Amino acid sequence: MLADQDRIFTNLYGLHDWRLAAARARGDWDGTKEILARGRDAIVEEMKASGLRGRGGAGFPTGLKWSFMPKQSDGRPAYLAVNADESEPGTCKDRDIIRNDPHKLIEGCLIACFAMGAGAAYIYIRGEFCNEARVLDAAIAEAYAAGLIGKNACGSGYDCDVFLHRGAGAYICGEETALLESLEGKKGMPRMKPPFPAAVGLYGCPTTVNNVESIAVAPTILRRGAAWFAGIGRKNNAGPKVFCISGHVNKPCNVEEELGIPLRELIEKHAGGVRGGWDNLLAVIPGGSSVPVLPKSICDEVLMDFDSLREVRSGLGTAAVIVMDKSTDIIRAIARLSQFYKHESCGQCTPCREGTGWMMRVMNRMVEGRAEPDEIDTLEQVTRQVEGHTICALGDAAAWPIQGLIRHFRPVMEARIAAYKQRGRLPSMPLAAE
Amino acid sequence: MPKLTIDGIEVEVPAGSTVLQAAEAAGIEIPRFCYHERLSIAGNCRMCLVEIEKAPPKPIASCAWPVAEGMVVHTDSPMVRKGRRGVMEFLLINHPLDCPICDQGGECDLQDQALGYGAGGSRYEENKRAVKDKNLGPLVKTVMTRCIHCTRCIRFITEVAGVPDLGATARGESMEVGTYVEKALGSELSGNIIDLCPVGALTSKPYAFVARSWELTKTDSVDVLDAVGTNIRVDARGPEVLRILPRLNDDVNEEWLGDKSRFAMDGLKRRRLDRPWLRRDGKLVPATWGEAFDAIAERLAAARGDRIGAIAGDLCDAESMLALSDLMGALGSENLDCRQRGERLPAGRRDFYLFNTTIAGIEEADALLIVGANPRREAPVLNARIRKRWLASGLPIALIGPEADLTYPALHLGEGPAALAALRDGAGEFAAVLRAAKKPMILLGADATARPDGAAVLAAVWQLAGAVGALTPDWHGFNLLHHAASMVGGLDLGFVPGPRGKDAAAMLSGGVDVLWLLGADEFDPVRLPKETFVIYQGHHGDCGAALADVVLPGAAYTEKHGTYVNTEGRVQRGQLAVYPPGEAREDWKIVRALSERAGHTLPYDDLDALRQRLEQVNPVFGRIDHLPRFGCSDQTGPAGDPAALGQAAFLPAIDNYYQTDPISRASPTMAQCTATFAPIAAAAE
Repeated sequence: MLADQDRIFTNLYGLHDWRLAAARARGDWDGTKEILARGRDAIVEEMKASGLRGRGGAGFPTGLKWSFMPKQSDGRPAYLAVNADESEPGTCKDRDIIRNDPHKLIEGCLIACFAMGAGAAYIYIRGEFCNEARVLDAAIAEAYAAGLIGKNACGSGYDCDVFLHRGAGAYICGEETALLESLEGKKGMPRMKPPFPAAVGLYGCPTTVNNVESIAVAPTILRRGAAWFAGIGRKNNAGPKVFCISGHVNKPCNVEEELGIPLRELIEKHAGGVRGGWDNLLAVIPGGSSVPVLPKSICDEVLMDFDSLREVRSGLGTAAVIVMDKSTDIIRAIARLSQFYKHESCGQCTPCREGTGWMMRVMNRMVEGRAEPDEIDTLEQVTRQVEGHTICALGDAAAWPIQGLIRHFRPVMEARIAAYKQRGRLPSMPLAAE
Repeated sequence: MPKLTIDGIEVEVPAGSTVLQAAEAAGIEIPRFCYHERLSIAGNCRMCLVEIEKAPPKPIASCAWPVAEGMVVHTDSPMVRKGRRGVMEFLLINHPLDCPICDQGGECDLQDQALGYGAGGSRYEENKRAVKDKNLGPLVKTVMTRCIHCTRCIRFITEVAGVPDLGATARGESMEVGTYVEKALGSELSGNIIDLCPVGALTSKPYAFVARSWELTKTDSVDVLDAVGTNIRVDARGPEVLRILPRLNDDVNEEWLGDKSRFAMDGLKRRRLDRPWLRRDGKLVPATWGEAFDAIAERLAAARGDRIGAIAGDLCDAESMLALSDLMGALGSENLDCRQRGERLPAGRRDFYLFNTTIAGIEEADALLIVGANPRREAPVLNARIRKRWLASGLPIALIGPEADLTYPALHLGEGPAALAALRDGAGEFAAVLRAAKKPMILLGADATARPDGAAVLAAVWQLAGAVGALTPDWHGFNLLHHAASMVGGLDLGFVPGPRGKDAAAMLSGGVDVLWLLGADEFDPVRLPKETFVIYQGHHGDCGAALADVVLPGAAYTEKHGTYVNTEGRVQRGQLAVYPPGEAREDWKIVRALSERAGHTLPYDDLDALRQRLEQVNPVFGRIDHLPRFGCSDQTGPAGDPAALGQAAFLPAIDNYYQTDPISRASPTMAQCTATFAPIAAAAE
C-alpha cells in the first residue's frame, strides 16, 4: 500500500486549486532549473534508473525511449508529442491529471523536451475533453506568463514551447503514429514502423510520443530520485500508478497505488469492494478494454503489474480496472467492446477493417446464442487471424477481449447456444400471402 | 549493399530496399495488392506477409520492411501461408464475388491470388457490405462494393497525377474511396487508376461490358495523339480496337498513359473515310480508286512542278511522309511542309527541335523554365515526370506564358516574350536560380514558335539556354516540347520547303494549284482559294476532307506499320493491330500506287525497301527505340534574331485537351469529356 508521502498526484481528486500558485505550493516547478542544469544525459540516465515504464498501455521503459532520440541534430528539429487522447474504455486517469494537476504535465513537458533536445511539445488532447482542454490551456498560459516555458524556460536558457492540440474524437488517434498523422492535419491512420517516430516522426522529424502520466511523473522522479521511485512496487514494475476502478464496485474511483498491489486489495481498499461482496465477482478486465478478461478465480490472487498480469495472459494496459459482478451478461459485455473496436478501426489495413466487423457480427449472435457451437472455434481463429497481422495494435486490442472470453467463459457461450436451440426457432412472421 | 537470404537464396540488394524488392531480385514473387513500385508504400493490404528470423515473432509486411545485412527471410513458411490465407479470407468476406459480371474478370489480381491463397468456401455467414457507387466522370466507372481499400488510386491521383481529388472518407468497414464531394476526376491521367486497381472497383466506363480480356488480340504499338510516343498495347477484337493500354517503358512513359490516348479510340470507328471520294459539281461523291487516281494524275500532269505542294499533318508516320516527299521530288516540287501551324522550326540540326534533355533526363534537372507551353495539356505523361522530379526534391520551376495549374508550383514570370528578355538580362530571382543550377532545363512549346516572331523566340530561348549554362558538352538543357507526333519525324526527313519552296502558309493561300494534304487538318483554311485542287489523304472526315476535291482513304495509327519519332527524337515503331476499314489502305501504299499511275514510279515495293530508304535519308531511322543522349557540342544558335521579340503574349497551344486531332474529335467519349470538363475549365479561368 502506497504511503501518503509517496503520492505523486497530490491533487488527483481536485480538492485543491489547479492553478500555478497552488501547484507550486504542492511542490511543482520547484527547482526545475536545477534539474535541467544536471544536463540531458543525466536526466535520461535518472529516468532509466527509475524503471518507469510507459503508462499509456504498452509499458515500454520511458527512459530508454527518451534515449532513442538523436543526440546530435542533423538539422531537423525534434519534438515531444504528449498523448492525451485518452479514449480507452474504462480509463480516466489522464483526464483527472489534466484537470486537477496540469502543471505536473507542463513541467514534465519541459523536462522531457530538454532531455530529448526537443524544441516543442505538442499535447494532443481528446476532443471530448472540453473542460480539461480549457484548464490545460489556461495552465499553459500561466506557465508562459511566469516564464516557466517559452523562451529561456525557468531561466535555464533553454527554449521550449508547449502547444495544445484538440483531437476530433477518434480512438485510433491515441495510437502514437496515428496521433502524429492527425497532428499533421491528415486522416488519423497509423503509420508503419519502421521507421520509428524517434527517427521520422512529426513532420518527418525525430519525435517521441509519451502518455500524459509518464510525462507528469517525470518531474517528481527527478526531484525525489530514481531510487525512491524504483523502491516502490516490484522489480521491473516500479513506482506508483494511477488505477481507474469502474464497474460493479461500491465506490468507483481513480486511485494512485503502487504497482504490484493485489487486485483484490485494490478493489476492496479503495473502491469499497465489489457490489454484493467479493464472492459476487464474475470477472475483471484489469487494464482497459483492450486486455483479456480475467475470471474471479484468477482475480483472487493476481497482482496488478505488467509482468504478473502478462503471466495470466492478460495485461496491465492503462490500469483501468473494469469490475463485473454476477449480474453481468459477460458475452454481451464483450460484444459491446467488439462494437467499439469495429466502430473505431481506422479501416486502413485489411485484417482489422474486415475482421472487426466480422467479430462484432458473430459476437452479436453469440449474445443471443444464435450460432452453432463450432462457430466459437471459428471466432477464435478469426481473432488469431487479426492479431499480429495489422499495422498498429488496434487489431490486437479488438482480438484480445474475445480471446479472453472464449478462454475463460466458453461454457457460458455454449450454454447460451444450447438454450437458444432449445427454445427452437422463433415463430416466423406470417407472410402477407398466408 | 546488404546481403540477405530469402528462402535459401542469397541475394545482394541496394541499402534501403525493402524485403519485397529483395525477394523480386531473388526471383521470388510475393503476392501484393497495395504495393506498387511507382507509388508510395502504404502497407495496408497485408498480403505480402513474410517471416523474418530475429525480427518480431509475427508475420511482417515485406513491402515496408527495410532489408538488413544477414537477414533471413522465409516467404513460404507455415506462418506466412496461414497469414496470407487469413488476409485473403478477410478480403473476400466483403467482396461481392460477382466475377461473372465484372469487367476485371480474367485480369484481376484478387481472382489470381484467391486461386493461390483462397479457401474453397466461405466461413462468413453475415451480410456483406454494400457501397454506393461514385460518379467519377465519363472515363472511370466505379463499383465500389468491390473495393478492397488498397488506396492505389488515391496514391496515384495524389502523387503522380497531382490533383487532390481522391481520398478516403469514414473509417473502419465504412471507409469509402471517393472524391469527398461527387465530381469528375480532374486529371488528364485519371485512366491509369483503372490499370492500378487490383480488383474491379475502377473499370473503364466506355469499355464496360464490351469484351473479356481473353477475347482480345494484343498488339504492341506507339501512341500518336501527343508527341511523347507513349508505348501502348492495342487490344482489338476482329476489326475493332476495343481498348488501349500503356506498356512499360521507363525511358518514356514509365507505365502511364494520358486519358485522350487511352479513350479516344472509339473515334476510330466514326467519321471514317472508307472509300475514295471525288468532288463533282461541288459535291463529294463516292468514287473508285481508279477514278480518284485518274483525277489526280490529270491535275498533276497539267500543273507545273512548283505549283504542286504537300502538307503533312500531326498523325503521319514517317513512311508515308517519305513516300510523299519522294513523289513531290519526282514531280519537281520543293513545296513541302510538315509544320502546318507555321512553326518556325528549322530542319537540319536536330537539337534545335528536339527535347534534348530526354524525358528520363528530367529527373536529373535542377531548375526548369517553361516557355510558351502547358505540358499538362500538351504532354500529360511528360508532365507527370516533371512533377515526379519536383516531388523528389523540390525542383524550382518558372513559367512564361499563360498562367496554368501544372500540378506543381511554377513561378509565373510573365505572359509574353518580354519576360524572356528580362530573364536573359539577369533580372529577377529566377534568373539567379537558373544560372546557379548545374543542370538547368528550358522547355519551349512548339507553338510558341508558330507566331510572327517565332524564329526570334527560338533564337532567344537558345541564347538564354547558352547564357545559363544549359548547353554544355555533358548536359543539353534546351528542349522543344512538341504535341504533334509527326513533327520530329517530318523535320528529320526534311519535309520542309526546299530552297525555292513555299511553306505551309504560302501553299494555303494560293501558292500552289495542286495541294496534297497528308492527314493535315489543323490549319485555318480561310485564305485557301477555291481554284486550288486539294487532295486529302487521311482517315477521318474532318476539316481537311471537307476542303478536298479528291479524298484518298488512309489508315489510322492502329491500322498500319508506321515509324514515329517522339519529341525526344526517339524512333519507335507502331504495328498494325487491325486492318483499315473498307477500301482504305496504308498510306505509303496509296502514294506508291499513285506514283505509278502518274508516271513517276517510286523505287520501293515493300515496307522493308521503304524503311531502307528512310535510313538512307536520315540514319536516325536505323536506331529503333534506343536513344543515345547528347550534350551540346555546338552553341551556335538557330537563325533568327533573338532581339526581334514581339510583344504579344504566348497563347495556349491546346484549349481543350480532349479534342486535338481528327480521332479525338470523332470520339464520343472525348466529346463527353469536353462537355464535362470544358465548363469546369472555363469557370476556373
